[in-house]
Amino acid sequence: MKHISLDPRVNRMELETPEDQIVQIDAEKEGWITYEVFHQKKTGTQHIHAGIVHAPSDEMALVFAKEQFARRGSTTGLWVVKSANIVATLAEDAEVFETTPEKLHREPSAYKVRDKIENFKKQNEQQ
Amino acid sequence: MSNDKLTAINELINKMADDQLILGHRNSEWTGIGPVLEEDIAFSSLAQDKVGQSYNLYNILHQNGLPEPDTYAFNRKPNEYKCSHLVQLPIGEYDFSLVRHFLYDHAEYLRFGMLTNSTFEPLRNMARKFRPEIKYHVFHANTWIKQLANSNDDAKLRIQTSLNFAMPYAFSMFEPGKYEALLIEEKIFEGEVALQAQWKDYVSELLESYGLNVPEVTDVTQHYGGRYGSHTEHLEPMIKEMQEVFSQDPSAEW
Repeated sequence: MKHISLDPRVNRMELETPEDQIVQIDAEKEGWITYEVFHQKKTGTQHIHAGIVHAPSDEMALVFAKEQFARRGSTTGLWVVKSANIVATLAEDAEVFETTPEKLHREPSAYKVRDKIENFKKQNEQQ
Repeated sequence: MSNDKLTAINELINKMADDQLILGHRNSEWTGIGPVLEEDIAFSSLAQDKVGQSYNLYNILHQNGLPEPDTYAFNRKPNEYKCSHLVQLPIGEYDFSLVRHFLYDHAEYLRFGMLTNSTFEPLRNMARKFRPEIKYHVFHANTWIKQLANSNDDAKLRIQTSLNFAMPYAFSMFEPGKYEALLIEEKIFEGEVALQAQWKDYVSELLESYGLNVPEVTDVTQHYGGRYGSHTEHLEPMIKEMQEVFSQDPSAEW
């Protein structure tokens, strides 16, 4: 039988659990929501995923996120979003991101230092 | 500075510091037994902030000629503390601790707001420094009270019952000191009467917006006494526990 968890990330793993090991969860009582937390270090920089918190509401999630992820170092902003609202690719589909070796030219990383090299060459020619 | 003015300032700072220290200590009693892990950490952190703020206040007293902060905070008899009755009550159940946190922190935020314009510079600087921290404390309190007041019937009833119990005690925060007139005249602090009025309007409006009833308190003086060293039965055992480590070796270096 499929394992059904309150945490959407666990459900995404599609774990098979033997019938007798399944614990029924009373969603009404245990229904705290899993939130993903994004942390911004400086104004203008991107919010970066920092971890998760469990909370009964959006506002409470922000309060908990402040305590878990913004106590040390600098913080200018936090985002929280329900984990259930994240649309994710499946782990078993990871192969779709692989590129064949002969198409490496399509990866921007191949050109990382190209500009610097060209500039360096130009400068040396002029001298 | 005149002697009277110095005494008035010290009295004001003393009661603020004692409130912060005693409530900080009380709230730290939740450390390790909070309702959920995240909240355990949050509430402990708020308690630690309070003790930190009291240290800064005791430091100003020290600059004004009183003993150094550790000694003054930990080496007094219960009747020498000037804390209000509200802060010395036991932590009770979590609903009471949250309601007290809400009532107290709003008063503190407004008090520090007034003090950001104080003519006494060290107090003005301290108020400006700590106001952002207290703004978060208020945010934390509001979020919890709103959440529980709009949760199931059990939660709502618990919050309302704690509010009915705590409200008469809350007015003990505004028990006027001996030097109110002088503090107001010298523009050091706008006074307890003005603060109480501001606070009452503010928290009443918020509580009503959460769907809670604001209890009527006919006699605001019923829990007075703390500012003059007359306390509830709960303070002495707490002070004894708080001083336990310090009294083993008062001269120890930390």
